[in-house]
Amino acid sequence: MSPRTLFDKIWDSHVVETLSDGTAILYIDRHLVHEVTSPQAFEGLRMAGRKLRHPEATIAVVDHNVPTSDRTQPIEEPESRNQIETLERNVKEFGVPYFPLLSANQGIVHVVGPEQGISLPGMTIVCGDSHTSTHGAMGSLAFGIGTSEVEHVMATQTILQKPAKNMKVEVEGALAPGVTAKDVVLAIIGKIGTAGGTGHVIEFCGSAIRGLDMAGRMTVCNMAIEAGARAGLVAPDDTTFEYVRGRRFAPKGDDFDAAVAYWRTLPSDEGAAYDTTVTMRAEEIEPSLTWGTSPENVLPIGGAVPDPANEADEAKRAQLERMLSYMDLKAGQKIAGTPVDVVFIGSCTNSRIEDLRAAAAVAAGRKVASGVRAMIVPGSGLVKAQAEQEGLDRVFLDAGFEWREAGCSMCLGMNPDKLTPGQRCASTSNRNFEGRQGPGGRTHLLSPAMAAAAAVTGVLTDVRELSALPV
Amino acid sequence: MDKFTTLTAIAAPLPEANIDTDKIIPARFLKTTKRTGLGVHAFDSMRYREDGSENPDFVLNREPYRNAQILISHENFGCGSSREHAPWALLDFGLRCVIAPSFADIFFNNSFKNGILPIRLPREVCDTLMEDAAQGANSRLTVDLARQVVIRPDGTEVPFEVDRLRKHLLLEGLDDIGQTLQQEQSIAAFEAKRAKDEPWRTIIALD
Ligand code: SF4
Repeated sequence: MSPRTLFDKIWDSHVVETLSDGTAILYIDRHLVHEVTSPQAFEGLRMAGRKLRHPEATIAVVDHNVPTSDRTQPIEEPESRNQIETLERNVKEFGVPYFPLLSANQGIVHVVGPEQGISLPGMTIVCGDSHTSTHGAMGSLAFGIGTSEVEHVMATQTILQKPAKNMKVEVEGALAPGVTAKDVVLAIIGKIGTAGGTGHVIEFCGSAIRGLDMAGRMTVCNMAIEAGARAGLVAPDDTTFEYVRGRRFAPKGDDFDAAVAYWRTLPSDEGAAYDTTVTMRAEEIEPSLTWGTSPENVLPIGGAVPDPANEADEAKRAQLERMLSYMDLKAGQKIAGTPVDVVFIGSCTNSRIEDLRAAAAVAAGRKVASGVRAMIVPGSGLVKAQAEQEGLDRVFLDAGFEWREAGCSMCLGMNPDKLTPGQRCASTSNRNFEGRQGPGGRTHLLSPAMAAAAAVTGVLTDVRELSALPV
Repeated sequence: MDKFTTLTAIAAPLPEANIDTDKIIPARFLKTTKRTGLGVHAFDSMRYREDGSENPDFVLNREPYRNAQILISHENFGCGSSREHAPWALLDFGLRCVIAPSFADIFFNNSFKNGILPIRLPREVCDTLMEDAAQGANSRLTVDLARQVVIRPDGTEVPFEVDRLRKHLLLEGLDDIGQTLQQEQSIAAFEAKRAKDEPWRTIIALD
């Protein structure tokens, strides 16, 4: 057999049948479900008199609509409450395992999957949500699907798809102090653009990627979708296996050993062919952030906002001008020193325990700048509990941060956590589209450490300039 | 999914290019938990005035087009987001067929998944069919999917192209799920082999 990539191997081992036009019936190992994109799929099953083929391979959580304040109070917004209650009725009727709102296991679907050992290497994982790419960090093929496809997976445990192209993004070298996985992925998107990965599955590799912990790899794969890719992947290795070992739904005993033996065969073969290859040096990556309303508008923290006058293409110039005006930034201005109103540390990109530790290291002994609202929203109830055990909640509360319950929160503002028009937010989430965090809100995407630095100084700041930086 | 074989119905002319998914169903209606019931919001911004009353100028608010099952439009119909709420809204309104010179990819795919037949015909043919449609209630169009023709009120036939597999699914009223379930034996065999060779893939049930 000719050398194959990690993607090829996972794909090949899940093809049930190839139809005459080249479409594969691809077997799905795990299906994650949340309240926003599932109701019509359940309704479709009900109308056709169908059941879930494997309810036990499916897991549901509520995350997008949930309040991150006191959970014992009823949910005020009627449409949000309805979506949550509908999911609760559906999981009962169809026998789908479910982590309810008051469970310690509840959290953002893409934090919960790996944390519970539901997302494993070598698997196919889908969810009606584009950031399903996160789970690719496990060395699994994970992608977002539409509602008809959600229903298709529920009924058949398969999906109809044509194979993607292979793309390799290689980051070699050692990251400088203060530079994190978020900076790496921002730098990648800044380089290849939001359409750079279209039609491809991106395999992130190279020594800088291998050197990341699982949380960091998840941050990188999470944003593969922002580069236009169908999915992101990192080859499973000992870091992965140690992460998986002992998790609630992970294989145990002999099964675990057999799984690891198989997982070791998954990394791309020597000489495997990629349709597209991009290489970067880790040393060149700086703490980074976005200035505009597309995730590709990336700057190092020392950089300056572009000047539309330097753009020859008229359509692009107009677009830059529109972004600057939406973001209330001046052409050519230095990005550092821009005052922020809100700091949001959370989302499926950066709400894991490692992210909270990085933010706490910066926040410790400091105070949130006056006039700034700073929120910490852990990715799951388990992350929250772990952080409290480590005393991180005290660090944040003492510094003047809000310490909230788990959920998507201000990543997209479907719950009450929204920016008000004109507010500027330093956010660890993944999308800076107009109005994404609330109508008229202005988003700068950055790492948890950079977000904490913005919180304590009140302006966009180079985290390396704060003395307590962990080395 | 309902079969699509032959449809004889009133056709509504909507001579505008780039009818996007926000025009078909605005974002604020996505918090619904149903795919039915969106018909009243189909083309919301074109169909209703600010005070909520019907805009009498919009074609689907006029007789006989309130009962149209075919829509004829211009280039790039259905562009914008991937929301399946767009075909759901059209279907719930009662539309089963959209004829236009070109369609956005995702909308085109989503339509088939929901039993709506999108037909691509050259702009001048669309304009001719719109003239037919403008004749009112006595001027119905017939879409014969098996023979792949649109039959005009005067009996003239206009041939159209359709993907073989998709035609089959529509004629039989099979959705993708129905189609995939025809391979149920292969799926079961795949699962059996899995369970034997790779028991670690089986999830430990939630207690
Ligand atoms: S945290 Fe944000 S990006 Fe992640 S699943 Fe929730 S809404 Fe989507």
